[in-house]
Amino acid sequence: MSDKPLLEWTPSRRQFIAATSVTTAIGVMPFWLHAAETEAAQPVAVPLEQYQPEYFEALEWAFIIAATARLIPSEGEGPGAYEARVPVFIDRQLAGSYGVAADWYMQGPHNPNADPAQGYQTPLNPKQIYRQAIATVNIWCEQAYGKRFDGLEPAQQDDVLSGLQQGVVKLDAQLRDFFTLLLSNTKEGYFSDPMYGGNHNMLAWSYIGFPGARASFKEWAAQHNVAYPLGPVSISGRRA
Amino acid sequence: MARQEPKKDVVIVGLGWTGAILGMELAQEGLEVLALERGEDRDTVPDFKFPNIADELKYGVRCALVQKLSAATLTIRRTQAEVALPYRQLGSFLPGDGVGGAGTHWNGHTWRPQPEELRLRSYTIERFGRQTIPEDMLLQDYPLTYDELEPHFDRFERVAGISGQAGNLRGKIIPGGNPFEGPRSDDYCMPAMPQTYDATLFAQAAKQLGYHPFPRPGAIASKAYVNEYGMQLGPCSFCGFCERYGCYNYSKGSPHVCILDALKRKPNFSYRTKTEVLRVELAADKKTATGVTYYDHRTGEEVFQPADLVILCAYQLHNVHLLMLSGIGKPYDPVTGEGVTGRGYAYQMNGGVQLFFKDKEFNPFVGTGSNGMVIDDFGINQIDFAREGFIGGSYISTGTTNGQPIRSMPLPAGTPAWGKGWKEGIGQWYGHAMSIGSHGSCMSYKNCYMDLDPTYKDQFGRPMLRMTFNWNENDIRMTQFMRVKMEEIASQLKPDIMQSGFKKSGAMYDVRPYQTTHNVGGNIMGEDPSTSVLNRYLQTHDVHNVFVMGAGAFPQNIQYNPTGLVGGLAYWAAHALRTDYLRQPRNLA
Repeated sequence: MSDKPLLEWTPSRRQFIAATSVTTAIGVMPFWLHAAETEAAQPVAVPLEQYQPEYFEALEWAFIIAATARLIPSEGEGPGAYEARVPVFIDRQLAGSYGVAADWYMQGPHNPNADPAQGYQTPLNPKQIYRQAIATVNIWCEQAYGKRFDGLEPAQQDDVLSGLQQGVVKLDAQLRDFFTLLLSNTKEGYFSDPMYGGNHNMLAWSYIGFPGARASFKEWAAQHNVAYPLGPVSISGRRA
Repeated sequence: MARQEPKKDVVIVGLGWTGAILGMELAQEGLEVLALERGEDRDTVPDFKFPNIADELKYGVRCALVQKLSAATLTIRRTQAEVALPYRQLGSFLPGDGVGGAGTHWNGHTWRPQPEELRLRSYTIERFGRQTIPEDMLLQDYPLTYDELEPHFDRFERVAGISGQAGNLRGKIIPGGNPFEGPRSDDYCMPAMPQTYDATLFAQAAKQLGYHPFPRPGAIASKAYVNEYGMQLGPCSFCGFCERYGCYNYSKGSPHVCILDALKRKPNFSYRTKTEVLRVELAADKKTATGVTYYDHRTGEEVFQPADLVILCAYQLHNVHLLMLSGIGKPYDPVTGEGVTGRGYAYQMNGGVQLFFKDKEFNPFVGTGSNGMVIDDFGINQIDFAREGFIGGSYISTGTTNGQPIRSMPLPAGTPAWGKGWKEGIGQWYGHAMSIGSHGSCMSYKNCYMDLDPTYKDQFGRPMLRMTFNWNENDIRMTQFMRVKMEEIASQLKPDIMQSGFKKSGAMYDVRPYQTTHNVGGNIMGEDPSTSVLNRYLQTHDVHNVFVMGAGAFPQNIQYNPTGLVGGLAYWAAHALRTDYLRQPRNLA
């Protein structure tokens, strides 16, 4: 473990924690959280830094927290991946059947150098890709910056992620889908039902105006150009 | 040594739409009918119930109701020079799985082909001359006419519960319907659904340009309805969880809701799940089948199921594969052009224009699977093939559905894919975008076909099916023609931002993004046994007690979603079986 803190605690995050755990602190809540004020009894979740991942090891967990926080940052309107607890989602997905590609055809022979338009062709499952790619990216960061990814400044982290997206930060062909997986899984964790660990308190749904599992809008088809007024509901029946 | 089960009159392979239809029709004849379904048993309760079904991750993204490629897949290549690789992760198309098949997770769009589409070769030659047909295009007529199929389209539409607005009633053009459709003997069994804002805007713009907008016909109940089997549907709640989901509300026409509960009550019908048919067994003279051999996933053993009549009702890909593995029909050879099984694989050519409006609210989560308004002014029978330089056409439509945010997040070009700009983009644009889509024909070509893969084997050691498919310039010219027309309609609406997505010349097939589950051909129907597997009754030319349902019969793809034609053909074949074949089993053609 590094002796450095795993994550820079920015004011916006502190503000967020205060806003969600102390219901009287409405005044400091950004507007997109106002939907949450109606329900005082939202679950208080353990901070991500203290969370015990099911799959990730400590350095990997630090990478995931840092990387997802750049893919969906906390600054500005709307929750970041951090507040939405996207890392928990990714960890739980990788620990489950998705991580081992249980539904995908994974028998060989494999040609990971195939034209990308021929689809997923690596012999590795998502669990293996995350593990190997995170290690590779951290080595790359050590060589380029003298620090692991999670220790870099946000602007440097953005450069590394752009490099992965554009193929400038080279990964082995078997790992080439890493950035695509990471970005897809981050957005999945941001927008999926909270029972999967992300979209904490339906923050992402509240932000964009998606009503979640309400799934009954018969009288709304003919209401044209009128914003739907109700906030989201989760599959568990909880309201934001 | 395979276990042997007692003989049945009829064995049906696959219990989706066509398996349910043929099961019901033949059970009504008093025959002992057995359906074999390789997937799980499924029903509205418990499998599609609310609120569990409103789960985008499980059903929309991970596709829990779709075929598991780990259990069965195929290989795909674009050209004969390329090495075909397995379709490992769901993308381009989503074959169904389990009782209900793809009829569980479809959107419900239900169309009839235009009469001209069923005789496209003859129509093209008569109207535009033989030279209009490209040398490598396998353009064929369907071996039956619209008029012959009309009563069977009508029957399927009444069973599946289609809401819509007729445009041509016995030759009389009805305002508000599709004036370019073939004549209908009767109106739809339910009125069209109310329309969302985006569809209404599209219809207004189309009308201003002189086009003829009409509501999209779909298997989505607009009111309480009871079909001929006594099955009841309730009005749709516009829940928005339609394609990739089962319907919690008994509103989307599916085999479960429209047929299976009634069929299961018949004592002479039975079905076995987790039973995967490995091959059709042929008699020594190869002129008749003796039954099928299947693998029982529960007991881990092979089972021989004797039957007098074998009806393949699996998805198109599996039907073609089973025919090849059973030695029915000579395999197609693209070099010589000889052989029939695997010949004529085709897909669907679609495109779209996205429109963004800062000040309009679309509520994209409100919708039915078949929501929307359509124009058919650029359908196949409205295009001058000679002048435009392509054979084909599209319908053009607008209608939101499935607006869940993981998959439905259109953003203006130039919006970053992640970071601060992405987060701002989703906040600004979710709910403020609509799209105009084209859904177009795809012809068949000498070099688009299916055969057995030389390398990859399935879990039973059988060669996988191999698809060789790429986009063709004829169909790309068609979609580029549509782009111009659609951008003109979109401009009428004066969006803040507008962007188009259409295949361009040289486009290569990409298996990653979802396109359509409209895989057709491979066991096409025709009059000539040297260019088709099936005759006009969906009976194999070579083995008279084997019939094959589904879109594999399409000589080339129509411009519409295929289920209406698949359903109509199933009732047509069932009628031939009931009124003719059962009395005197033989080749009917």
